[in-house]
Amino acid sequence: MISGKKRSTSGRKSVKRGLRSPGTRAPSFSLNSTPDQKVSLSDFRGRSVVLAFYPADWSPVCGDQMALYNECLPEFKRLGGELLGISVDGIWSHLAFAKDRKLKFPLLADFEPKGAVARAYGAYSAGSGASERALFVIDSKGVIRWSYLSPVGINPGAEGILSALESMRGK
Amino acid sequence: MASLTLPAGDRDHAQGPAAAPVTLVEYGDYECPHCGAAYPVVKKLQKKLGKSLRFIYRNFPLTSIHSHAERAAEAAEAAGAQGKFWEMHDWIFEHQDTLEAADLLKAAKALGLDPKKFASEMESQAYLPRVKEDFKSGIRSGVNGTPTFFINGARHDRPPSYEDLLAALNLAIAQA
Repeated sequence: MISGKKRSTSGRKSVKRGLRSPGTRAPSFSLNSTPDQKVSLSDFRGRSVVLAFYPADWSPVCGDQMALYNECLPEFKRLGGELLGISVDGIWSHLAFAKDRKLKFPLLADFEPKGAVARAYGAYSAGSGASERALFVIDSKGVIRWSYLSPVGINPGAEGILSALESMRGK
Repeated sequence: MASLTLPAGDRDHAQGPAAAPVTLVEYGDYECPHCGAAYPVVKKLQKKLGKSLRFIYRNFPLTSIHSHAERAAEAAEAAGAQGKFWEMHDWIFEHQDTLEAADLLKAAKALGLDPKKFASEMESQAYLPRVKEDFKSGIRSGVNGTPTFFINGARHDRPPSYEDLLAALNLAIAQA
């Protein structure tokens, strides 16, 4: 499942667009994953978190990225990483999207105030009114250990996440 | 630049000489429409480049969105164990809409496989570890969708059209 436009390796570095840097504390958040359930970063203290910001449910490239990560869940888990997807979409969109793609990880609604968490991570694109396609790996103490900003049209794949999780386990 | 972390080797299903100047590796999903579209493209490239091209297919089933993809991959591997990997690979891409268990078994019979052995290996999921191994090697190599192609180990990051792949393969041959 690809679309032609996603093919490139010219990933931009995180510094260029001001993502929160590795070594800094991950901004806390508490967002709905279902209409009556909130997920907080602090829920995962003691575990590693993979935070995948993406622009929107339903766009074909996003589906690809989330579908890919869905398949990678066993690998993320093996390396101790809990995956959270996050976009500015509302919870009902997330639920329908997750059901359609059979996603087995939570999608968080950064919906009200819109994009507040994306902004805190430096991953909000004011021009498009959505988050960037940005990845963060956060360690068990809540410190960002790795981040990556992908061009919006490009599925960044999972390799970087796995390498980051592995290097954290190595220490 | 993303590159193949598991080099082409003996474990792979390959068409074309091992000493060919260019090796094209595809990570594919048997139920993916884009892989279905790439199937005749690869055939055409093989015809055009002849012995200059080695083609390798590895499994990258996106099981949540393509519920038949993993079983189809196992079926091709089971056929491969009986020396007919490519026959099954081709059959599947030519019948992407009919990949139920009964269809695969029928195909196995039509391709002259031992149906009992095939059925029992499908039942025991004998080749699932192999399929998963392919998948993992794909993730580690930067596969970000299907199909993803690698030319002499380097990920091909442009749309996999015939013209585009041919140009890239010819370039690799010229540099070999």
